[in-house]
Amino acid sequence: MFKKESDELSSEFVLEMIEIDKTFPGVKALDHAQLKLRYGSVHALMGENGAGKSTLMKCLFGIYREDAGEIRIEGKKVFFENPEQALKNGVAMVHQELNQVLQRNIMENIWLGRFPEKNGFIDNRKMYDDTMDVFKSLEINADPRNIIGKLSVAERQMVEIAKAVSYNAKILVLDEPTSSLAEQEVEHLFRIIKKLRDEGVGIIYISHKMEEILRISDEVTIMRDGQWIATEKAEDLTIQEIVKLMVGRDLTNRYPPKTNVPGETMLEVKNLSGRYMPTCQDVSFDLHRGEILGIAGLVGSRRTELLETIFGIRTRESGEVILRNEAGELHPVKNKSSRDAISNGFAMITEERRATGIFAGMSVTFNAIIANIIGYVKRGFLSTKRIAGDTQWVIDTMRVKTPSHKTPMRSLSGGNQQKVIIGRWLLAKPEILLLDEPTRGIDVGSKYEIYQLIISLANEGKGVVMVSSEMPELLGICDRIAVMSNGRLAGILDRSEATQEEILTLAAKYI
Amino acid sequence: MESSIQVKDKKWANLADTLLNYALYIILGIMILVVIIIEPSFVSPKNLIKILSQASTRGILALGVAGLIVFAGTDLSAGRILGACAAVSASMLQSVTYASRMYPQIQEIMPKWVPFIIALAAGLIGTILVYRKTGSFQFWIPLVTTIATGLYYLFSSGTMTIWLPLLFSIIVGVAFSLLNGFGVAKLHLHAFIISLGSQLIAYGATCIYIDSQKGGAQPLASLDSQFIKLVNGSIPINDSLNIPYLVIYFALCSVVMYIIWNKTTLGKNMFAIGGNPEAAEVSGVNIVKTIMQVYLISGVLYGIAAYLEAGRIQSVTTNTGLNYELDAISGCVIGGVSFSGGVGTIPGVIIGVIILQVINYSLYYLNVNAYLQYIIKGLIIILAVSIDVRKYIKKK
Ligand SMILES: Nc1ncnc2c1ncn2[C@@H]1O[C@H](COP(=O)(O)OP(=O)(O)OP(=O)(O)O)[C@@H](O)[C@H]1O
Ligand SMILES: [Mg+2]
Repeated sequence: MFKKESDELSSEFVLEMIEIDKTFPGVKALDHAQLKLRYGSVHALMGENGAGKSTLMKCLFGIYREDAGEIRIEGKKVFFENPEQALKNGVAMVHQELNQVLQRNIMENIWLGRFPEKNGFIDNRKMYDDTMDVFKSLEINADPRNIIGKLSVAERQMVEIAKAVSYNAKILVLDEPTSSLAEQEVEHLFRIIKKLRDEGVGIIYISHKMEEILRISDEVTIMRDGQWIATEKAEDLTIQEIVKLMVGRDLTNRYPPKTNVPGETMLEVKNLSGRYMPTCQDVSFDLHRGEILGIAGLVGSRRTELLETIFGIRTRESGEVILRNEAGELHPVKNKSSRDAISNGFAMITEERRATGIFAGMSVTFNAIIANIIGYVKRGFLSTKRIAGDTQWVIDTMRVKTPSHKTPMRSLSGGNQQKVIIGRWLLAKPEILLLDEPTRGIDVGSKYEIYQLIISLANEGKGVVMVSSEMPELLGICDRIAVMSNGRLAGILDRSEATQEEILTLAAKYI
Repeated sequence: MESSIQVKDKKWANLADTLLNYALYIILGIMILVVIIIEPSFVSPKNLIKILSQASTRGILALGVAGLIVFAGTDLSAGRILGACAAVSASMLQSVTYASRMYPQIQEIMPKWVPFIIALAAGLIGTILVYRKTGSFQFWIPLVTTIATGLYYLFSSGTMTIWLPLLFSIIVGVAFSLLNGFGVAKLHLHAFIISLGSQLIAYGATCIYIDSQKGGAQPLASLDSQFIKLVNGSIPINDSLNIPYLVIYFALCSVVMYIIWNKTTLGKNMFAIGGNPEAAEVSGVNIVKTIMQVYLISGVLYGIAAYLEAGRIQSVTTNTGLNYELDAISGCVIGGVSFSGGVGTIPGVIIGVIILQVINYSLYYLNVNAYLQYIIKGLIIILAVSIDVRKYIKKK
């Protein structure tokens, strides 16, 4: 009788993680965490930044070793010493941080660790064909011989997903796979996920995008502070309930009240084009004091490139960027480099914050204040007190979860690292903020706070330009939404008239 | 995934890209051109062959160092390891008629028992390897063939065996190189540090070894004439042109290394680890094993280079190999092997080594003041590398 029950159990779940504990110096990252994944189902794993989602998955994948607890795959107890063993035993994973060899091409990245061989030599033909097969079945269009480093983040993300799928694993872990994908690619990913689910694969899906979760998942497990909170059928849940379970309190509105009132024009961008591909072409718009201007578009519509050209990271070919001060005087600015732009009152939070913005080995403090270091010099030395004060400000306003100021950046969770970087730029007190996907990878509670922060910055009379792939977010907090299509500006919609459909139509205008 | 609108076609940009991609070859061309203008007699097949053959032992050394640079490491000990290996080779290769040779009995032991024991050991190792890999009956093949070779040497008439010192040279090279590899892979030291230490060890060992001769520290010279021929001989093509064996050995090593780098899992894993060790790890690459294997191959190349170098200079002292690693490293970086890891090609290394030798030889040929030569050499290295890295700087 007893035995029969356990038999039944093991046939139901492809993966069981029971009572997993994991402690890092100063943090109890997992505290009796648990997760049970059924065959042929999509299981969402939810929790705030730092809740322990990635840590739990890394224990499964053999990157970390759990302190206590049990992992069973198909009813059998397993213990993986390293990722190699996990892969061999049917577990594949798309990691939160893109782990790719930028100097090598797509196919070498996909088959890394298991290159096809013929007589002891690598079979390039087969590698190419196999890659094409995978791409074809997933409807991905890309030449397997392209160098990874030359692809956009979204393309790299898709390659990473294709790689995970190509292992034909029983268990597929997707740790924030959509963080850099736009709607269209997300749909594409969902088609892939549904196909795999129907083939019986158990899929663990981690994301901070609420709408996605309810659409794609069968079950939801929620974690908070390393602990298991609840596991429910997705159909029995609402976004409200999930958020409540995640943050442990009620959060009625996803977006704060819009209190900012746009004023005079403060920035004019006229016919701006960049020199080197990929780049924006002939883009004109203006930005008002206290305005939040959203920029929508599909992945590859060169929104990032537009911001980078304004900010001087990319070379300008033609066009003008003109500042208008309160007295109405016009000052064309060149923004030849980012330093130049910063001194002209611009700040930019880049899209790939983890890759381009983080000093992994340095402390939270160092990372928070580095852009502003000159500001702390007092009589030739750095003022420790002001530094500590500002670091605390960043930690408080951004709700960074860190054991101390001195903690090295690399031991923060992915979302918390991002928050520190955003805080760093806010410390610089810029007039014009260029934000590239400011809420990517950030949990709902903190998103709300970031929105609040953006609105209060606008209230102070700053101008905000915000690129985002999450349309609800753009519709929720922007005053106007500019839509890019293939490097050009397809149109600017007012908040009152903008709808998702209209944005999508415009986004396809020049394709 | 691809968006397809084209900006104005910029032909000059494409041209600049192409020029950059072939920057190394262009630099080499320009250098030769400059030398020709100053001294037209420079460009004769004979001179070019000479440059090639001078470049070959250091080229082989550079082929070994290159893999370690791809790991974002380096090897400061390559020169001293070469010195140690060369001393071992030379000590076993002194001609039997030379009175104060290091091993007077060598012609008696070497051709008889040593080959037999080595053959036996090789046979056993081969057997175990084959059996473990295939699990089939084919394992008798290495066993029988090697034992047969060993027996043949045991009973054949005792002439000097000149290939055995090569084996010892390789063993010494591999031992030192694996020490470096162990430091990098297991102790997680930077290659710079571990090789900084091991070059001292190699140097000390070489000095003790050379010092241990009966007559005290004297150069290991008077090498076997058969060996000298094997190293310094050449294949006549026509009256004025010979292709030295050295060039052929260099070419062979290059081909083998090209295949390892481009056609084997080991090579690809090496690039992956050099480019992004975390990506390699989560993809299931065995990092320690790959690093050790690459160091092992470097050790083999050091051993070969040392054996040939011993024959080329024909007298090994404690100073043999001094600063060779700097030439090898310069060759690699001129040839586009990036110090930040994950980037490099074998043809690049070859060109790099040749460029360096062209600089050396042409400055000498043009009778440039010896001190000035250093300055010019330094400037050209900086120039060449800074042009070459342009192509990795992404234009925005
Ligand atoms: N290598 C590490 N060393 C020390 N602490 C760590 C390490 N990795 C994670 N942590 C800590 O463990 C906790 C859980 O982190 P984890 O990355 O699992 O969060 P997460 O749920 O994935 O968050 P996010 O949504 O931001 O990705 C965090 O407090 C983090 O600071
Ligand atoms: Mg995470």
